[in-house]
This record gives sequence, C-alpha cells and structure tokens, in this order.
Amino acid sequence: MLRQLFSFNGGVKPAYNKEQSNQMPIAVAPVPAELVIPLHQSVGGTPRPLVQAGEHVKKGQLIGDPDGFVSSSVHASTSGLVKAVEPRLMPHTSGLSALCVVIEPDGKDEWGEISPMPWRDMEPDDVRDVLRDSGVVGLGGAVFPSYLKVNPGKQGHLDTLVINGAECEPFITCDDMQMRERGETIVRGAAILRDLTKATRVLIGIEDNKPEAITAMKAAVTTTGESRIEIVPVPTRYPAGGAKQLIRVLTGIEVPHGKRSTDYGVQCFNTGTAYAIYEALELGRPLISRIVTVAGNVETARNYEVRIGTPMREVVALSKAKPDTDRIVMGGPMMGFAMPADTVPVVKATNCILVGSPTLFPPPPPEMPCIRCGECARACPTDLQPFEMYWFSRAKIFGKAQEYNLFDCIECGCCAFVCPSRIPLVDYYRFAKSEIWAREKEKESADVARKRYEYRIDREEREKQEKAAKLAAKAAETKAKLAAAGAADENKALIAAAVARAQEQKDRG
Amino acid sequence: MLNNSPFVRKPASVQMVMLKVLAALLPGIAVYVWVFGIAVLVQIAIASITALVAEATMLSIRKKPLRMFLFDGSALVTAWLIALTLPSIAPWWLTVLGVLIAIVIAKHLYGGLGQNPFNPAMVAFCALIVAYPQLMSQWPAAGFTDAAAELQAIFGARHLDAVVMATPLDALRTALHTPEAHATVSGVFGSNAAFGNIGGKGWEWIALGYLIGGLWLVQQRVVTWHVPAAFLGTLGLAALLANLVSPDHYAGPLFHLLTGGAMLGAFFIATDPVSGSTTARGKLIFAAGLAFLTWIIRVFGAYPDGIAFATLLMNICVPLIDMYTQPPVFGYKGRDAGGRP
Repeated sequence: MLRQLFSFNGGVKPAYNKEQSNQMPIAVAPVPAELVIPLHQSVGGTPRPLVQAGEHVKKGQLIGDPDGFVSSSVHASTSGLVKAVEPRLMPHTSGLSALCVVIEPDGKDEWGEISPMPWRDMEPDDVRDVLRDSGVVGLGGAVFPSYLKVNPGKQGHLDTLVINGAECEPFITCDDMQMRERGETIVRGAAILRDLTKATRVLIGIEDNKPEAITAMKAAVTTTGESRIEIVPVPTRYPAGGAKQLIRVLTGIEVPHGKRSTDYGVQCFNTGTAYAIYEALELGRPLISRIVTVAGNVETARNYEVRIGTPMREVVALSKAKPDTDRIVMGGPMMGFAMPADTVPVVKATNCILVGSPTLFPPPPPEMPCIRCGECARACPTDLQPFEMYWFSRAKIFGKAQEYNLFDCIECGCCAFVCPSRIPLVDYYRFAKSEIWAREKEKESADVARKRYEYRIDREEREKQEKAAKLAAKAAETKAKLAAAGAADENKALIAAAVARAQEQKDRG
Repeated sequence: MLNNSPFVRKPASVQMVMLKVLAALLPGIAVYVWVFGIAVLVQIAIASITALVAEATMLSIRKKPLRMFLFDGSALVTAWLIALTLPSIAPWWLTVLGVLIAIVIAKHLYGGLGQNPFNPAMVAFCALIVAYPQLMSQWPAAGFTDAAAELQAIFGARHLDAVVMATPLDALRTALHTPEAHATVSGVFGSNAAFGNIGGKGWEWIALGYLIGGLWLVQQRVVTWHVPAAFLGTLGLAALLANLVSPDHYAGPLFHLLTGGAMLGAFFIATDPVSGSTTARGKLIFAAGLAFLTWIIRVFGAYPDGIAFATLLMNICVPLIDMYTQPPVFGYKGRDAGGRP
C-alpha cells in the first residue's frame, strides 16, 4: 500500500556523505578517564546539583535535579568519584562555561538501583514524572524535555504520532545505524508512546536514502507484532527531518510557528528518543548515553554509543582525526556549530561530531551584496523571504525583520547554502534573534525596575500621609485634653504642653 | 564566520549567474550579426570596455574591492543590454554615454551592485531617447551588412541615409497616427520594406534567438517562468484583444511579440532581479504591468518602443507590489491558519 505523501516547499539537496559512517556497526566508546557532565543539557531551567566533590556515585544515579516546569534530570553515566562540581567549557560555539559534575570513573561501571517501571498501571502524570526523572529529552538535537510532549492533547487522543527517522543532515548516521541494529527497541518505544498519547496511528518516517534502515524497521514492526505502526519512506530532501517538515510530509498538516502540534492531533519524536523512552520505562534506565556519529576528516568514520560527559576529543580519537583537522563541529554541516575546543563533553544534543578541515569545508569566498535573486526564498522550507529578513537584520531594523516572520526561521541553512552572493544569512538571523531577545529581557527588567520604583513612590506617599494623619490626630487629642482641663489661658497651656513634650523627648533621648 | 553553519555551500556565485545571462544572449546576438552585420559586435565591444572602465573608476572612488566586483559580470550584462537596445549604427559616443549613465548614475550613485532601484540599462535608454531621439531611431535596413559602411557610421561622420530606416514599430505607429494617410495595419505591412512575415524583417529571427537563450535561462533556473510568461502573455493578450476589435488599427499579438525588444525584454530586462519584484505573485503583477504599459506606449506613445519607460515605471512600483504579495509562511496557508491540507 502506498501512502499519500505531501511535500513542503523549498529544501535543498546537499551531498549526503552518509556512506562514510554507516559501513560499520555501532561501537561502544570506552569509559574515559574523566567524565564532565553539564547540568544544563535540555531546553529549560538548569538542574540543581545533587552531589558534592568527594561523593561516590553509581551509574545512573541522579546528580542534577530538574529546576522548574521545563527542565530535565541529569544522571551519572558511570560509577565513580565526584571530583568537582564546577564550571567547565560547554559544547557551545560561544565558548561559555557552565556548571558541570566532574566524575572520575572507578572502572566498575556499576549501576545504582534500577528497576522496570509498571508504567501501564501508573497515572499518566506519574509516567511523565518518571520520564522527567529519567532525563529523557529529544535526541534529534532539540533536547526538549520529552515528558512535556508525551500527552494526548486537548482532544484526548492524537490522530498521528510521528516518529522521526528521516535524519536529513549530511554526514550523520546515528539514527540510521540505530534503526538498523536496534529497530525492535525503537518500535517498542514507539508503541509505548502510541499508548501514552493514545495515538490512532504511528508513522515512522525515514528518508528513502536509508533502504537498510527501512527494511530493518519494517522487519522490527513484524517481529514485535505491534499494531498501528507503519514505516513510511519519505523523499530525500533536506530538511525533511525537521519536525514540522516531516509532519507536513506525512500528514499534510502544517503546524504554524508558536502553536502546539498536539492542537492539530500530531506529535513528533525522534527514533533515538523512542529508544530512550523504552529504556527508561521498560528497563528503568535513565538516559546516560547516546549514539554519536563521528565523521568528516577522520580515518574511520563510525557511530559510537557514548556516555554523556565523555570529552569529544576521546571519541574523535577512536576514529583518528587526520592531521589537517582545523575544527570540530557538533551536529552536521548544515546546522552544526564549531566547538570552542575538543575537550568539551558529549551531551544529550550531540548527534554527531563532525571533524572539519580546510579542504572538506573550505571558507566561503568573500560575501557579495544581495542581488535579490530570490534563490533563498525558493529554498526556504518555511516559505520565508530570507533576503528581506537579511536586509532588515543587517540594518538592525528588528521590528521589520519580525514582520517578515524572523522567528518562524528554523535556521536550517538552506538559504545560505544556495546564496550566490555567499552571504552567511543564518548568522544574520541568529544575530537579530539574540538582539531581540536581549532587548526583550532588558525591557522586562526595566519594567520590573519601574514597577519597583512606582511602588516605592506609592509607599513613601502613603507613609507620609499616614504620618500627617497621625500628627493631626495627636494635635487634636492634645487640644481636646486641654479643653477638657478647662485651662483659662489657652496659649500658656499650649506652651506648657510643648515644654513637657520637649522634656519628655530629652529624657528619652 | 568560521564558527557557524552551514559549512557547505552550493557552488553558486553572482559571477556564474551573470555569465549565464551573457551566454543566453549569444543566440540572439548571432542572428543579429547575420541580419544586420557586425556593427552590433562593435557596439558590444565599445559598451563592454566603457562599462569596465566606468565600473573600475567608480569602485576605486567608492573604495570597494576592485577584483571582487569588477569581474562579477553585472557591468557586462548592463553593457550588452545597452548595446543590443541602441541602434547598431549609432555613433560610438552615444553608446559610451549610455553606458556611463547606466554604470555611474543608475548603478553606483545608487549604491552599486544590488542597490539600484531602476534597471540601469533602461535608465540609459530612456535618457538617450529623450536627449537624442533622432539618433536613437535610425536603424540599418535588414540585410544591410556592409561592414565598412557600418564602421564609418559608428566612428566617422558619414551618415547612412541610404540604408537607414525606422523600426517596424516606429513605421507602423507613424503611419497609423497620420490621419490623412488612411493607413491600415495590413496596408503598412505590405508597403513597407521594414516588415517581414510576422514582425519586423530580420527582427523576428533575432527575437527567436533571444527566446531560445531565454528558455535556456529558465531551464538553468537563473530566471523563473513568472516574468517571461506574464510579460509575453499580457503583451500578446492586449494586442490580441485590440486586434480583434479593430484589425485595421491594431497589429496582432505575433507582431508585438516578435518585434522590437519584446523577447529581450521578457527574458533579459524585466527579469533583472535587483530592480524587479521578488515574490512569485509580485513577479506576475510586475511583468504584466510592464507588458501592458509597453503595449500602451507602443500603440499610443511617441517612442520607437515602450519597454524602457514601462520598466522604469514598474520599477517604481516594486516595493509596493512586494509588500502586498508576500507569500503566506509555513503553517499560515489556506483559509484556516491551521494549515490543514
């Protein structure tokens, strides 16, 4: 049966370079000499550290407690000694440091207490709590806490649960290999999600440049006997793996920016996330490792199962970077970020460590002016007018940039990929977005300060009035007292009273 | 910028775009040479050299990187379009003047590549036809390919009265605008040597050359189908309707499409991305408006062709057209903003 597919506008076809890293099975990366586990690994609040230097932790032990509604737990990815809880360089292009739990492994790799969850008998809210406490986040790269997404939406059930195995970024094959080798677990995870979201059907979308994964997943559906799960090959076109693009391709529904997809009866999870959810619920294992592709300028590109917190350098060493390596990128060539150093740790968002060289990723020729050719608009998968957004971002007319729907931009890089003037368009959008966020933050704090000031003025005014009222009352009281005493000479009596008051104050002072 | 994605790019460049446009002009130029002799090649050479010198001068005055911009090809495209729209036997200084107006005033004084609100070649054409209407209306007769005489016309003082004639558009309009002549379209066609089978003699073949090059540009995705289709469609439709109403006074669609600069305009002038509309719907409106104005000027105006003035008039409208034709973004299509299929 051929399912009717839909298509999104735009998109590009870069060189995929997937064969490089999908030839060999997934290897398990060894435990490094030191694990650096950042506490902030998901969208939302930074978890609070639960351990101190000198403490011994077991594998899977909770070391970071979710902070706030949108946040996710962090666990020790092996057993060992906590050496420090201190800021370390983060896998972020800005070179920022953030709080990390540094663990010296004891070599035993001993699990703490873990047990399967009887999730079928639990309340939905409790299941969500388990997922939050297991640290499961979206492993496609967005790292949004999964527990917030596991809900059937307003209408009480989903029409379609989309499992995203499209993996459209060049070079990356971690989902591909995981689907080939661990398809059954992914299908079981998808079935759990199907039941939790009360989805009518599950569509697992896989780009048709991964025939082995498609075959393996189809076999996995048969083997597991799970119903209402269908493997759907989708045309290979970047960014078909964008959540909204894949939802569009599979269901025809376009989820607008800022709207919840559940409002349209759809939800989307990455295949790796489905795998992690199975492990969390059926085995009770928190998310402490993930599959990472190492590709690019290396001798043997390959996928590894890597413990969260392993320094990237150690993973790259397994694949042997070539001598002319000039950078390490987290993610793929279209959306990835260059790392400030190769010592930064693998985190939950690390789907790929792409090793670059000047020959592999040559610096673009100098930027030319925009000639408004419109190539970028034709390539944009969200139907934006990138050259207009560029124009206004560059001129710092941010309001106009927002009018041209700057925040609908998913930063997929298609526009910059096709630009004949070689303008780093996405950089301009990132700049404009961060400027707008900064201004909003500034405005927010200014608002708070203004409110505080107004409150103070109010309070001072109120206090002044209260004081005046009090004095007036006292004066009236004195007057009344004098009148009652029947003093003949009012003035004299007033003076006497004042003297008495002064004396009193003197005594007190 | 080394830090940020995308790290891979399509091998595209402004230079490549411009070179493709130049290549697409070659079939038309080849036919031009076959019909009117080598004069046009001389004009192209004069225009190209002038354009490069003017471009280099302006770039150094504006302190812009010379190597990056001088060979981006944009100045050459402007130069070639001027050479192809001016009469091929125009004196050399007229071409030089036109190119200077285009490059110095219409391009660089507005901010250079990508910043000009008006099509530079058309600014030059309009300026010249207003300033030198006589020189701008003298074309060689089709089949006149005497190289020596043409070169003398370009560089010398000799006037080519014997072979000079008005363009078919000009001749037709002049005849029809003279009430005493009681001329009809078919009458003018039959009596005037400038007319060929359908359009102007020789011009119809050049138009086909431009059409072939233009279709290649569409196939190469340098231009989208919107502008040529809307331009030719609107011009043809306007001509057809008028022709149906009064065949004696209005030439038919084939004449209009294969005469003057219609094909050159449809594929090479109206498609200028910098000064044209950018949205799909906007391109349709822009090109349709351009074609309609062209037809009006051709039929009722006083100039040999209307494309240049129509282009400038529509260039003015571009910001407005673009503003009102923004396509709906992902998730906001259809009646309900929910984006159901």
